[in-house]
Amino acid sequence: MSQYKAAFELLIKKIPRALILYYGVFAIWLCTTAMHIPDGYLSPATSIIMFALVLPFWVMGVRKLREKMTARNVPLVALIAAFSFVIMMFNVPLPGGTTAHAVGGALAAIILGPEIATMAITIALVIQAFFFGDGGILAIGANCFNMAVVLPYVSYAIYQAFSKNQPPTSKRRIVGAAAGGWAGLTVAAFFAAVEFGIQPMFFHTVNGTPLYAPYPLSISIPAMVIPHALIASVVEGLVTALVVIYLQRANQPALEFVKKTEIASELSGFAKWRALWIALAVMLAIVPIGLLAPGTAWGEWGTEQLSQLGLSFIPQGMANLSGLWSAPLPGYDLPALKNANLAYILSGITGTIIIGLTVWLFTMLVTQRKPESM
Amino acid sequence: MAKFPRSSKHTPRSGFVEKTLVDINNTLEQSLFAEQNARKQGLLQGLDPRLKIVALLLLVLAVNLSHNILIILVLYFLALWLAFFSKISLVFFIKRVWLLIPFFTGIVALPALFITPGSILVHLPLGLVITNTGVMTAAFLLLRVGTSVSFAVLLILTTPWNSVLKALGVLRVPAVIILILGMTYRYVHLLLHITNDMFLSRKSRLLRRMNGSEERHLVAATSGTLLNKSLQVSSEVFLAMQSRGFRNYPRTMDTFKMRWRDWLSGGVVFITIGLAIWLGRL
Repeated sequence: MSQYKAAFELLIKKIPRALILYYGVFAIWLCTTAMHIPDGYLSPATSIIMFALVLPFWVMGVRKLREKMTARNVPLVALIAAFSFVIMMFNVPLPGGTTAHAVGGALAAIILGPEIATMAITIALVIQAFFFGDGGILAIGANCFNMAVVLPYVSYAIYQAFSKNQPPTSKRRIVGAAAGGWAGLTVAAFFAAVEFGIQPMFFHTVNGTPLYAPYPLSISIPAMVIPHALIASVVEGLVTALVVIYLQRANQPALEFVKKTEIASELSGFAKWRALWIALAVMLAIVPIGLLAPGTAWGEWGTEQLSQLGLSFIPQGMANLSGLWSAPLPGYDLPALKNANLAYILSGITGTIIIGLTVWLFTMLVTQRKPESM
Repeated sequence: MAKFPRSSKHTPRSGFVEKTLVDINNTLEQSLFAEQNARKQGLLQGLDPRLKIVALLLLVLAVNLSHNILIILVLYFLALWLAFFSKISLVFFIKRVWLLIPFFTGIVALPALFITPGSILVHLPLGLVITNTGVMTAAFLLLRVGTSVSFAVLLILTTPWNSVLKALGVLRVPAVIILILGMTYRYVHLLLHITNDMFLSRKSRLLRRMNGSEERHLVAATSGTLLNKSLQVSSEVFLAMQSRGFRNYPRTMDTFKMRWRDWLSGGVVFITIGLAIWLGRL
């Protein structure tokens, strides 16, 4: 065992120079591909969680399309999605002679507002995944979360902070667009890095071979975020700002599109259910009390606890079935987090979010099936 | 045959206009080629698109659930076998998957060979070592990505895009979204043609190389114009839809019918998938 350890330490010592070289190549390569996660990088469990995270934004987008606006939006979203798709193909010349791609998500958010931008980029990503194999199919949830949710919402928030109540020709809009594009893609890259980085913690074979993306957070975050922050996000910001400058000259109404169509203060969803949300938050906050109570909830004994309880035999069917389903968070415990209490609380929050989203989605599906309401 | 004089010394560095033109043409060519394959009379082309889309999703799921590399390998050979009987050139199929798409993955997987701790397999110069677990990890990543992409490519190569869209209805995708997806695909082609023309016309007027800032302004102006055109076309399309009687809700003519060979192949495929998932989890 000790020679392995020595070899490993030698390896660690040798890494830096090789890694610097590698990151150089990797950075250049990363910037010429958009941030599309292929299948095989993320475990199916992660993919499903990412779908759950992105679902409410899809529901919001579809609702916005169906109710708040007219049928005019069907071709509008289609064309903006097509535009976003084509823009991802543009090679943007950079100082130094290289070229890079932009995602165009920030631009879509500035012109359409984040909810509809989510739909447009999602559609572009779905076509890319199915038609060009660019980005995985199970990974659509994760890709959409990074590029169709995080990117447009972050970009839009920053752009709004700079340009709220400014005339269309304002210089602040240009600054806001550049900053929004840069920050949006950088944050999206960070999220992608986290999705990669948690894989080796949770999913590996018995002898420690990682089953999916192999790098821990300590490698994946710098590998994704640094090249994006230095190159790809700069391109995104640059393209967004340049197009805003162009629109200021050529098509000012496009910059005020969101304002005209947006129905003021869409907070009703939150406001109406505020009491419920607060109650839920309070309940989550008092979850740790459950840690004080010893033992297991009545009737929820596992097979081992049954024998502890004095049951001399375990029902054969139960013994057979107990191995059938292994939950993603077995026993509400995340083995990678050494702190069991923290893991318990995190499990509670994750579970609440997933259940909440499922219920919300179900309600949406049941109540929103009205073709006339579009 | 006379060759064009092509001096390797004096060929100018290909600029970004050329790169973008090449990208656009490749995309158009790829989609045309896919439609061509989808019209051949092969095994997969004859099956119900709904069956294909569900089976594809489950197959990709099986690939990603498996903890056993052999199972993934078997599924990859299944993809090759299906491609062969669907009259897709195997050389083209393998090239399309392994040359273009997972190149990104190859670069990502490479350092995993060296930095995953485990027992040592090979010593390399510079004090680098390849570990057993490193090889396994890299192999897992590459095979998973390659096999998943292969199945996705199979679906697209054997099914016309419109049928794929219609079949998405099985997965409970709202009809509005399917309508938008179809329109997007159609207008991607239009916008690609427009962009092609814009860049080509600019290129044909060039007398010298543009400098960096001119190039960036050209990209911005092209993107801006494209955006304006997109907005304009969208309102024209809306008017056209209205004048043809679009009543705010899309209706599709559902003509899919499951025949005996669909049921048969569906049964075989689902048993295979079930087996693969079960064996892969052992």
